[in-house]
Amino acid sequence: MIQIKDLHKSYHMGSNSLHVLKGINFDVKQGELVSIMGSSGSGKSTLLNILGMLDEADEGQYILDNVPIKNLNEKIAAKYRNEFLGFIFQSFNLINYKSALDNVSMPLYYKGVKRKERTERAMHYLEKVGLAQWSHHLPSELSGGQKQRVAIARALASDPKVLLADEPTGALDTKTSYEVMELIQGINDEGKTILVVTHEHDIAQMTKRIVNLKDGLIIDDSPVEQIRASEQIRLSEQLKDSQHV
Amino acid sequence: MFNRDRWDEILEALNANKFRTFLTAFGVFWGITILVLLLALTNGLKNGVTADFGDFATNSMFMWTQGTSKPYKGLPKGRYFNYKIGDVAAIKSEIPNIKYVSPRNQLGGYNGANNVVRGTKTGAFEIYGDYPEYIKQQPMDIIQGRFISYSDIESKRKICVIGTGVERGLYDKGEDILGTYVKINGVNFLVVGTFKMSNSQGDGEQEASTIYIPFTTFGQAFNRGESVGWMAITAEDGTSITTLKQQIFDLMKSRHTVAPDDDRAIGHFDLSEQFERVNGLFSILTIVGYFVGALVLMSGIIGISNIMLIVVKERTKEIGVRRALGASPWMIKSQILQESLILTILSGMVGISFAAFAIWVMNTILDNAGPVENFANPSVSMQVVFTALIILVVSGVLAGLIPANSATKMKPVDALRIE
Repeated sequence: MIQIKDLHKSYHMGSNSLHVLKGINFDVKQGELVSIMGSSGSGKSTLLNILGMLDEADEGQYILDNVPIKNLNEKIAAKYRNEFLGFIFQSFNLINYKSALDNVSMPLYYKGVKRKERTERAMHYLEKVGLAQWSHHLPSELSGGQKQRVAIARALASDPKVLLADEPTGALDTKTSYEVMELIQGINDEGKTILVVTHEHDIAQMTKRIVNLKDGLIIDDSPVEQIRASEQIRLSEQLKDSQHV
Repeated sequence: MFNRDRWDEILEALNANKFRTFLTAFGVFWGITILVLLLALTNGLKNGVTADFGDFATNSMFMWTQGTSKPYKGLPKGRYFNYKIGDVAAIKSEIPNIKYVSPRNQLGGYNGANNVVRGTKTGAFEIYGDYPEYIKQQPMDIIQGRFISYSDIESKRKICVIGTGVERGLYDKGEDILGTYVKINGVNFLVVGTFKMSNSQGDGEQEASTIYIPFTTFGQAFNRGESVGWMAITAEDGTSITTLKQQIFDLMKSRHTVAPDDDRAIGHFDLSEQFERVNGLFSILTIVGYFVGALVLMSGIIGISNIMLIVVKERTKEIGVRRALGASPWMIKSQILQESLILTILSGMVGISFAAFAIWVMNTILDNAGPVENFANPSVSMQVVFTALIILVVSGVLAGLIPANSATKMKPVDALRIE
């Protein structure tokens, strides 16, 4: 699904040059759930931005679903983002004056889907994340976990090839984080390719493969035994119960 | 381009901050209101001033005689002379493009003594000896009967056409007028018609206290013979009387043995010239109206541009999100442009409506309070309204241009990073 070869990226600030990515190579296959870990400044966000076509690499090759991604102008980049990618942000990034349903249908709007079909599909995805009855609420009327669920529904709406999640649980408490991860695992179970950037180990353990970045290079790339989020939620509830007794 | 989704998007965005939207819109509202009101007031002033010309054919002049100021061919200076009826035919035949020449004589006048009697009632009125053409130069409404005809002129009939003021002075209400006689300076005249001025302003009272009798009858009855008091001359449409008048003067001078360079011998009033001057003045006033209105409107437009820039700045992150979701730069740009356009046009429409309402109020007050000097019927034509709309559309686009460009200048990755 994703092939990356020898990816380089530097930022120039005045006379200083910061070499952030120093030759990244990795492949992601269809249906994988990969977490990208690393301390801040390791280049994981930059990598995700390049994968998301929000930023461009200086050097190297990036092939997404057999389409080489290079020399994009903004118009084509926008089209590719719309068709290939779904974004999940740490701070949700919902549009605050639009209802949950309208937020979810936005990618479809930009795709040019007709209004009726758009609403139907958006509603379908809201149901999928369990927020059908909240469809007409504004983001300000939703809890953090609910907002992230809306954001996930939005990322799924245009049926993209790959979901890119940038610290999806960064703004959530542990319980809500696990619930969101449970949802992400569920989506992955259905065959969607998902990349999660995180610095939390327990979250990373819930993916199927961890890529560790340090100083712009991959220092470790290994499969892990996936911990199901639902399991964790059950365990913590049992723990709570036993404390009460 | 303007489907329902776009509308929803735009209205949502404008609704997101109602008070600010309102304040922004107010600038344009105010600008267009002032533009339209200025033009309406200019128009009202123009209507008021040109009403003083009445309905008199504006391509006309009046010409009378004054004493000569130079001796010529053995005749002394200070000599008085009169136009003769033959001059009328001479002007008509020798000067091209003349439409009407009406010789006139007058009896009575401002503060004159009582000169008209009917039974026990008397009155002081202006008596004019006229040709039938005069009604074409000075339009009036014939209420009953008819105006003077050429057979009246030829037969020197003693008939008269009286104004509504005369009617009020000499007749009881509801009395039959046609077929009755009035005695003018001791001569009986049959009343064959009554008139009122079509569009009188100010001088209505005086105009209505007027009696018209055939020119030839006037000459015979009141001992004027062939003399002509003054002439009202109208040129053909498309030829200005101002360009013809010197020829007419030269002709008159040669016919009455006046020195060719004696300009004081002939007095005249060039209505066309005065009218052109007034028209020119109001064309300038209209331009000033547009100019000032457009400047006020411009500050409103700058307000919109300014607020759109702030909106774009505030929504940088939102724009970043939209682009991450697949909005192309053009989609973002057109959204900003359309928001500014809608805001401008909506507030402009409200402004035009408000101005129309204000004009209506003014007209109602004017109607109720009676005519005001030099001001009548302030109004704007549909052409002005459309011009204003075009100005609005153009300026709405201009107002959105800079903000729209700045909206897509930032890379999406940077836009998303903004908190």
